[in-house]
Amino acid sequence: MSSATTTSQRTSAPSAAERPRTRLGNRLTLGRSVPMWPALLLLIGFMLGPILYSIYLAFTDNAIRGEGASETSFVGLDNFIDAFTDGGFWNSVALTIVFTVVSAVIGQNILGMILALLMERANRVITFLVTSIVIGCWILPEVVAGYLLYTFFADEGSLNTILGAIGLPPQDLLFSAPIIAVAFANIWRGTAFSMLVYSAALSSVPSDVYESAAIDGAGPLRRFWSVTVPILRPAIATNLMLITLQTLSVFGLIFIMTGGGPAQASQTLPLYMYEQAFSYGQLGYGTAVALLLLLIGAVASLLYLRLLPEEEKR
Amino acid sequence: MTATPETTSADSSPRPERSQRPAPTFRRSRKGPRERTATAASGVAMVIIGAAFLVPLLWVVLASFDTEASLSVALPGTWSLGNYEAIWNTETTFRPLWNSLLLCGGATVLTMTASVLCAYPLSRYRFAAKRPLLLTIIFSTGLPITAIMIPVYALFVQVNLIDSMAGAILFLGASGLPYAIFLTKGFMDTVPMEIEESAWTEGAGVYRTLWSVVMPLMRSGLAVATIFTFVGMWGNFFVPFMLLLSPENLPAAVTLYTFSSQYGQVAYGQLAAFSIFYSLPVVALYLFLGRSLGQGFAAAGGVKG
Repeated sequence: MSSATTTSQRTSAPSAAERPRTRLGNRLTLGRSVPMWPALLLLIGFMLGPILYSIYLAFTDNAIRGEGASETSFVGLDNFIDAFTDGGFWNSVALTIVFTVVSAVIGQNILGMILALLMERANRVITFLVTSIVIGCWILPEVVAGYLLYTFFADEGSLNTILGAIGLPPQDLLFSAPIIAVAFANIWRGTAFSMLVYSAALSSVPSDVYESAAIDGAGPLRRFWSVTVPILRPAIATNLMLITLQTLSVFGLIFIMTGGGPAQASQTLPLYMYEQAFSYGQLGYGTAVALLLLLIGAVASLLYLRLLPEEEKR
Repeated sequence: MTATPETTSADSSPRPERSQRPAPTFRRSRKGPRERTATAASGVAMVIIGAAFLVPLLWVVLASFDTEASLSVALPGTWSLGNYEAIWNTETTFRPLWNSLLLCGGATVLTMTASVLCAYPLSRYRFAAKRPLLLTIIFSTGLPITAIMIPVYALFVQVNLIDSMAGAILFLGASGLPYAIFLTKGFMDTVPMEIEESAWTEGAGVYRTLWSVVMPLMRSGLAVATIFTFVGMWGNFFVPFMLLLSPENLPAAVTLYTFSSQYGQVAYGQLAAFSIFYSLPVVALYLFLGRSLGQGFAAAGGVKG
């Protein structure tokens, strides 16, 4: 039970008998854990607290106005039953899955991998310029990205100007398929993350692995599938998990571009949750939806963890 | 400013230097036609992808200099600083940016202080709950903050923290903790313990050792973690959108959103100019990070472990 100060005093007069005690890598004592407390208190107060509160809130009819505003009462599973019987909820679940699969699992993941592989081969000046542009798209604040991609897809926006210039008919994705437009926006914004993860992982692969595979007569595609992918498996699993969780909680980008519309056609779960909680004032119901969103994230994470090789699950 | 990334990059990202290393040079010197074709094809593919990513970025730059800006990317008829002049005032630009700085700077200081302190025992001592604690922290880095904003809002209403800058700083700071602790602990693990042990025998206490021995040795790692934390907060829209209400408290992320809803007819040139002002700090920070950016990603890719 030595506190931080007593340990340091003891170290000032080292003797053979006491030395092992002052060694780092020793057991954590109450005194030695003091530096962890600020972080733990903040996490308990502002993360764990709200999570526990949300589990309570999800079973109540808490509301900003109307019934449930003046006094909150327990409603059991009503919020969840309401959600499961509401077409709007299932619409949002479907849109969330489409958005996540198209923009993260397919778009960011594969484009990021392609860019990381191209970086290994292409001219260094080109690599530098293109990666700078892609990283630039990623570091811009979410709201700025939302506006930029809104103008890109808008009726009189850049995309239609370009399509017109090469003689193709104009698109109106923001109205005809808004979920695809916001998915493309998320690919534009998020690809740099996957690219950097894969590029860091690829740079740790020793080049003689490829050389011996090439000598064995393996073509580029075969080398990718049987050498690169198995080596990168932990990076792929981790990356898929991170980008899926990021994409599940995208709010600002969609909110700015379409506001969830037209007519709920791009209303993913975070936007549905927001609308229920604040436009209709149903905090209890909105929280229940948020819990379901967390559940979807947890299920996705568990699936990706299965992709990790055994020894990585330390 | 360019000196720092140069020095930090040497140890962090080996990839760009690879072609200069002696071992693979025989490949370069005896580059067959097949390999030259591969390099050219890769270059072309990269340029095409890069061009697609560039268009929206070009729009914001060009539109900011065009007082008649439309929604489409186009060279300004007359280049002018009119948009910048129009937003060059406290109301539109300086106060929101100052609020952003207060909010994100305050939260970053809070996050980094708490993370470095928390990472030290995690990195240096053994205890039974360490593995579960680390796993919880790693798991909560993926926690979608969006999903807990409604209970946070409801809680903040009850304890009267809504529209309080301090409350928003505390929450934003706490939300940045898991990732910052994870990164900081990883960087701290790479600092050899022997150096600390000698500092200990010379009579330095825990905090003294941490401040003047460990932290200087992980400077570039700390820079990466700090910049990641700050940039993440700077771009965050949902948290201040929910927790701050009065116009004099709103950071740039939220006032940019109200830019379009407030006046009906949107002046896209001014919106572009404001976007550029608002984005400049994060762009500058990333330029400062330079190639040591790779460090954070080696960790994310599970390479560092």
